[in-house]
Amino acid sequence: MVKKTLVAATAITLSTFALTSCGSSDAASDSASDDGKITMGFAQVGAESGWRTANTKSIQDTAKDEGIDLKFTDAQGKQENQIAAIRSYIQQKVDVIAFSPVVETGFDAVLQEAKAADIPVILTDRAVDADPSLYKTFLGSDFVVEGERAGDWLVENAKDSDVNGDGKINVVQLEGTTGAAPAIDRAEGFAEKIKADDSIEVTASQTGDFTRDGGKQVMESFLQSDDSIDVVFAHNDDMGLGAIEAIEAAGLEPGKDIKIITIDAVKDGMQALADGKINFIVECNPLLGPQLMDLAQKVLDGEEVPERVLTDESTFTQDEAKAALPDRQY
Amino acid sequence: MPEPTSLVQRVLRHQLLWPVLALFVLLLVNVVAKPSFLDVRMQDGHLYGNLIDIVRNSAPVMLVALGMTLVIATRGIDLSVGAIAAIAAAVACTRIIGAGDEAALRTAVMAMTYAVVVCIVLGAWNGLLVSVLGIQPIIATLILMVAGRGISMAITDGQITTVNNPWFSDLASGFVLTLPLAFLVAVGMVLFTALLTRRTALGMLIEAVGINPEASRLAGVRARTIIWTVYAFSGLCAGLAGLVIAANTNSVNANSLGLWIELDAILAVVIGGTSLMGGRFSLAGTFVGALFIATLARTIPNIGIPSEVNYLFKAVVVIAVCLLQSPKARALLRVRRSGTPTLANGAPA
Repeated sequence: MVKKTLVAATAITLSTFALTSCGSSDAASDSASDDGKITMGFAQVGAESGWRTANTKSIQDTAKDEGIDLKFTDAQGKQENQIAAIRSYIQQKVDVIAFSPVVETGFDAVLQEAKAADIPVILTDRAVDADPSLYKTFLGSDFVVEGERAGDWLVENAKDSDVNGDGKINVVQLEGTTGAAPAIDRAEGFAEKIKADDSIEVTASQTGDFTRDGGKQVMESFLQSDDSIDVVFAHNDDMGLGAIEAIEAAGLEPGKDIKIITIDAVKDGMQALADGKINFIVECNPLLGPQLMDLAQKVLDGEEVPERVLTDESTFTQDEAKAALPDRQY
Repeated sequence: MPEPTSLVQRVLRHQLLWPVLALFVLLLVNVVAKPSFLDVRMQDGHLYGNLIDIVRNSAPVMLVALGMTLVIATRGIDLSVGAIAAIAAAVACTRIIGAGDEAALRTAVMAMTYAVVVCIVLGAWNGLLVSVLGIQPIIATLILMVAGRGISMAITDGQITTVNNPWFSDLASGFVLTLPLAFLVAVGMVLFTALLTRRTALGMLIEAVGINPEASRLAGVRARTIIWTVYAFSGLCAGLAGLVIAANTNSVNANSLGLWIELDAILAVVIGGTSLMGGRFSLAGTFVGALFIATLARTIPNIGIPSEVNYLFKAVVVIAVCLLQSPKARALLRVRRSGTPTLANGAPA
C-alpha cells in the first residue's frame, strides 16, 4: 500500500516537473512581442448586479474590437475562485492580468506569484489592500467620493428629506458585500459628509449583498422595526430597487414617503429615478473596457502609467435622469 | 417500545420538541429586542408584519427542504437544488420576456409550467445517476450543482433579466385570504406530500430503502423506482422555489439566485429531526426547520447584528440547536447539572 502510494506520488511529481519545464521553454515564444497579439486574463467578480454585467460586456466588446485575446472567468463572488483563476492565468502565461477584487485583502500571495512570473497586473474598479509595487495601476472609481456625493446631496436637501417632520432625518443604510471596497468606502464617504448636519443619523445598517433579493429582505425588516425612516441609502441600484419593492409592499410611496439615494446609475435604476421612485443616483461608470485596453497596451509597451486612473463620472437627479435615459447604454 | 406514561413525558419525548422550542426561543429573543416584533396588522386587504414576512420568505427554503427530506430519507443528498432553482427562474423569465404578451396570465402560467417540467427532467437525471448508474448521491448531484449554474447563466446570457408580469410577481408578493400566496403554495406542497407518504405505503417504502436498500429490494420493494422518484420530486420542489425567488424581485440573477439554498435546506431538514443516515423522516420537522431558518434570517437585521459577524451569529445558533437535539450532548449536560450519572436515560433507544 505504502509502496503504491509512493510510486504514484513520484509519478505525479515527475509529470509536474515535465509540465513545468515544457511551460518554461514555451515562455519565450508565447509572449506578446512575438505574435503582436495581446492575451489578457480577466478575473471578474461575478454578475451580482446590472452594473457588473454592463462592466463585463464593455470589457468583452472592447477586447473583441481591438483584437485582444481575452480569457475571461467569473469568480461568482468568491475570492478563492478568483485566486484560482489568476493562478491559472499565470500558468498560461498571459501577457497581462486584470481583475476586480472580490474583497480588499488576501491577494498578496497571488500578486507576488504574478510579479515573479513577470506578468503585469491591472486592477479594475476595486482596490486591494496590498503593496502597490505588486500591481501596475488601478483603474476605477473613487468609492469614497461616491459616498461623499451621496452624503452631500442629503445635507443639501436636508429640509425636504425630513419626511415625517420630526426634526430628525433617520437614514437606513443597505450595505454592499461585507469586506468589499465599495461597501467600506461608500459607507465611509457618506458618514463623513453627513456629520455636517446634526439632524442626520444612520439608525440602522445591514448588508444586502448588492442583490435585489438581499436589499428587499433587509428593507422589509427595517420597515417592520422602525416607522420613522426618512431616507434609504443603498450602496448600489439593485439593492435600492429591492428596497422599493419592500416599501411599496408596506403601503408607502418610495421617493415620497421615504427618500432613496443609490449609487451606480444602471438602466433599471435610472428608470426608477425618472419615475420618481428614487431621488438621487451617484453614477459609477462601468464602461471601463476602452480605458482598460488602452492601459494594457501602454503597460506592455513599457510606457509609464499613473498609479491611479479615475473614471469619468457624474450624478443624476430625477430631471437629469429623464433627459439622460433615452441614450443610456447600460 | 416503552409506553409513555404521562402527557409531560410524551411531550418531552416528542421529536418535534426541540425544533419547536428553538423556534420559540428565537422569537422570544426578537421580542425582547423589539417588543413590537410579533405585531400583525391589516394593510391593503392583507396581513402585514414580521411574522407574515417570515412565513413568506420561508417558502423557498421550505419547498427545497421538502424535496430534500425525502431524498435524505433514502440515504441520499441533493446538492443541485440551488442550481435547479436558478435554471427554473432563468427558463421562466426568458420565456415570459420572449412571449408575445408579456403581462398576460397565460404567459405566466405557460412559462412556469415549462420551467417546472424542465426541473422534473433535471431531477430525474440526478435520479438516473444515483439509482441506475449507482453513483454516490453527493457526487451525482454535485455535477448538476456546478453545471446547472452555468446552464442558467447561458440561458440568461449572464445578464440580470427583469420581467414585467403581475401574475408571476403575485407568486411571491401576492396574497390569498390575507395570507402570502408563496407560503400557501409551500404549505400546500407539504400537506400534499404528507398525505402521499403517510396515507399510502410510499412513506414506509422510502424509509425501508433508506434503512437498508439491499434488504428492501430482496423484500420486493422497487428501490430503484423509489429513488428515481424522490430525486425527480426534489427537482420539482427546487424549481418551484426558484420561481418564488425570481418572482420576489421580478428578476433573475443566475449568479446569486438560490446560491447556498441547498445548505439552508439541509440545515432545515436536520433541525427538523431527520437523520442524514437515512430512514425515518419528519415532514412536520422540516416545516418547523424551514420556519426556523427564515426567522434566523430576520433576526439578524431585527436585533441589529453587524454585517461583519452575521455569519458567525448564524453558525453559533445552529450549533446550539444541533447540540440541543443530540441525545448524547443532552445526557452530558444532565450529568454535569445533577452531579450523578444518568447515562441509562440518555442512551439512545
